[in-house]
Amino acid sequence: MPGLMGRAGTLVRAKFSKFLDRAEDPNETLDYSYERQLQMLQNVKRGVADVVTAKKRLQMQTNKLEQSIVKLETQARQALAQGREDLARQALERKTAVQQQLQGLDQQVQGLEAQQEKLVASEKQLSTKVESFRSTKEVIKAQYSAAEAQVRIGEAASGIGEQMADTGLAIQRAKDKTEQMQARAEAVDELVAAGTLEDFTAGDQTQLDRELAQLSAGAQVDDELEKMKAELDSGEERKELPQ
Amino acid sequence: MIARLMGEAQYRISDDLLEQLNAVDSRAGEALERDDEQDFRSQLEELAKMVREHGERLDDAELTPSDLIIPPTDLSLDEAHELFEGEGLIPDLPVPEGSTES
Repeated sequence: MPGLMGRAGTLVRAKFSKFLDRAEDPNETLDYSYERQLQMLQNVKRGVADVVTAKKRLQMQTNKLEQSIVKLETQARQALAQGREDLARQALERKTAVQQQLQGLDQQVQGLEAQQEKLVASEKQLSTKVESFRSTKEVIKAQYSAAEAQVRIGEAASGIGEQMADTGLAIQRAKDKTEQMQARAEAVDELVAAGTLEDFTAGDQTQLDRELAQLSAGAQVDDELEKMKAELDSGEERKELPQ
Repeated sequence: MIARLMGEAQYRISDDLLEQLNAVDSRAGEALERDDEQDFRSQLEELAKMVREHGERLDDAELTPSDLIIPPTDLSLDEAHELFEGEGLIPDLPVPEGSTES
């Protein structure tokens, strides 16, 4: 089995060798190569922006889940105070489920952070090389005969083509990881929507809220019923009075 | 000769180092073959470490092509399989907008 360095070299060179073959006119090759470099710089910038967006989404989910942990704990206390251990147990069970989701999210935010750093570093390197290529290109155009230019173009274009393939790999890896994490974020959203991890912090009342409200409403209704019964009784007494 | 640590930088290394790198590189290839992620990663890390320690880092502005290309040290087995055997993890280089390339 051949080593990895040879295979990596072949792969990387295969990616950029194509555009070296287009060299009918050296100046055209230089300009075309430069345009592709600028395009690559755009791609890596977009890659960074995508990672940042995914990270923000995960951070928002994290905040939401943290809030719901606090709320669930409060609800558990309320339920217990009203003598409803069953409801308190439910709230604590959900809290555990939310905590488990949170743990995974934290790690993923860190993973995205690492991807972002790598992409930013790659962008910086590429951008330095592109700038260097731009000035080399002007020198080649101005100073060399077509034959000499070919040799120099070959070298400069290979050097930068290699960097482009390297940056391309970094973008692809970050994209794959971001997609995996978006899928994970969607899964958490679905769990929330399905009620497994009810979104306790949204405006709507949750099942627990409703049950707690029912408890106190029940007590209030009993009170009022008693009052009405008392009123009715006295009313009937009044009817019996002569007008 | 010039070695590129993918995702990091390029380094100028001596020919002597190449032999040592080749030995570690073969072990990395074997680890990939056996799907031994831990060994695979540590061989990749070893390659990078040797280059960083014994090589001289090139300025980012250099446009010199590399003689050796070393994959990123944090490559997972899945990524390595895709990179070396599958559709390829390295995307095609971008074509400028409005350009028509066959």
